[in-house]
Amino acid sequence: MFAVWKREMQSYFLSPIAYVFVAAFLGVCGYFFAFNNVATYSAAFNSTMGNIAFVFMFLIPVLTMRLMSEDRRSKTDQLLLTAPVSLTQMVMGKYLAAVSVFTVALLCSLIYPLAMAIFGNPAWGEILTSYVGCFLLGASLVALGMFLSSLTDSQAIAAVTTLVVIMLLYVANMMTPYLNISWLSTIISWFSIYSRYDPFYAGRLDLPAIIYFISFSAVFVFLTIRTVEKRRWSEG
Amino acid sequence: MIKVENVTKRYGNKTAVDDVTFEVQKGEIVGFLGRNGAGKSTTMNIITGYISSTSGSASVDGYDILKSPLEVKKRIGYLPEQPPLYMDMTVREYLSFVSDIKHVPGAKKTAHIGDVCDLVGIADMRGRLIRNLSKGYKQRVGLAQALIGNPEVLILDEPTVGLDPRQIIEIRKLIKDLGKDHTVILSSHILPEVADVCERVIIIDKGKIVAQDTLENLSSNVNEITRLTLRIQGEEGNVRKTLREVRGVRYVEVLGVKEAGTVDFLVESERNQDVRADVFRAMVSLQRPVLMFRPMDVTLEDIFLQLTSQDKEDN
Repeated sequence: MFAVWKREMQSYFLSPIAYVFVAAFLGVCGYFFAFNNVATYSAAFNSTMGNIAFVFMFLIPVLTMRLMSEDRRSKTDQLLLTAPVSLTQMVMGKYLAAVSVFTVALLCSLIYPLAMAIFGNPAWGEILTSYVGCFLLGASLVALGMFLSSLTDSQAIAAVTTLVVIMLLYVANMMTPYLNISWLSTIISWFSIYSRYDPFYAGRLDLPAIIYFISFSAVFVFLTIRTVEKRRWSEG
Repeated sequence: MIKVENVTKRYGNKTAVDDVTFEVQKGEIVGFLGRNGAGKSTTMNIITGYISSTSGSASVDGYDILKSPLEVKKRIGYLPEQPPLYMDMTVREYLSFVSDIKHVPGAKKTAHIGDVCDLVGIADMRGRLIRNLSKGYKQRVGLAQALIGNPEVLILDEPTVGLDPRQIIEIRKLIKDLGKDHTVILSSHILPEVADVCERVIIIDKGKIVAQDTLENLSSNVNEITRLTLRIQGEEGNVRKTLREVRGVRYVEVLGVKEAGTVDFLVESERNQDVRADVFRAMVSLQRPVLMFRPMDVTLEDIFLQLTSQDKEDN
């Protein structure tokens, strides 16, 4: 598993993907930081974090689009699937690599609250819970993106479907109040991953939400494994 | 060492591999011969565990590919039809990654990669990006990848594709050397290659095994008739009739004039009957000089064509 993780990390950092991802992430963070905090003399960095969670929608697909699809296109999956490594280890290695790049970006963005700390007294509690929430949300969306990437051998299709699905998850949150069918809004709210982020934003480490995020990731990692496994039994 | 039993692979209505059964003993080099799309790669993908068969079983060293896949995969080095290379890595990085996933101990890794690179002749290329290598070198890196971890069984899907003639000879020699302490299955649609490298041949066509035997047995089985070409001075005259009367000859055909003042004949005789001496005496009695006497060997090509076209007629 470590070997697969290492290879994926090499691939992220030897290609422009990781740099583009971290740079775009920091750029957007900086933008929100400037408007929410600097311009308004506000120490509430957690509101900036809330905006950043929205941007995941566009950035996560960049990270996950080639994760499973590229191996299939270039036939390198023949190496991975015929090597003495279990499928679970292979998929976990890839998943953890994408999460690692995401974490690197997240850690880099700590520069903004640290800068605030020099000039003021930011609410560290809320900022840290926001970071935990952001990490869990991001890790869940990476698992989702990896699953969608395993369904196709085209990076572009993987990226677009991931973008659309994350967007639907985002608006699910807003749709529920307008629905009069209660069972439907209940089901939709199960999938409304963004609403689980709210307690973290408010400065609470919400155990049910933590469990929700972890199960969400686990389900999609599992589905990815099943998809690869299933392909061995059907087509070529 | 390798045991494939009644393996069938279906894709919808299409049967890619149909009830294939064969065994490969330890230390054997077996050639897998068939036209493009005959089911060679599919069979190899099933043995290596890349895809699963619809029915039947495959095992390596007593381990079933479905029940203990990791044990099987530890024992196999696989070079697929398209070498599974990461274009964004250097040769060294790539082989180091392959060593890691094949659990080569860290302390031995550098030396092992060095040995493998020397063996396939890519020692000078270690620092280069795989993307920038020529097709021949990519193929060698693919072969190196299969050799990493020193697996007992090597499964090579068309290993000489894309190489220049000199490289082909080198790689064939390498495979022969590897065959001394490895069990090798090699697929090819190039007949001389199989004839050169392999001890035993499995011929597959349309997903079915049409023959499996040593090369000599295969040629003698197909060689039910022995053919000779004769070049006789003068006109056709009654040569044909005389030839037809020679004992053992079952067919004579006039091939026509290939050289001025001579006629060529094709003589087919019963299997294992040497008619050459009798044919010669018959010509002497006619006082017609024999200018050329050429037995026509049955080549692997003939065997292959005969076996695969028989199959066509069956269908």
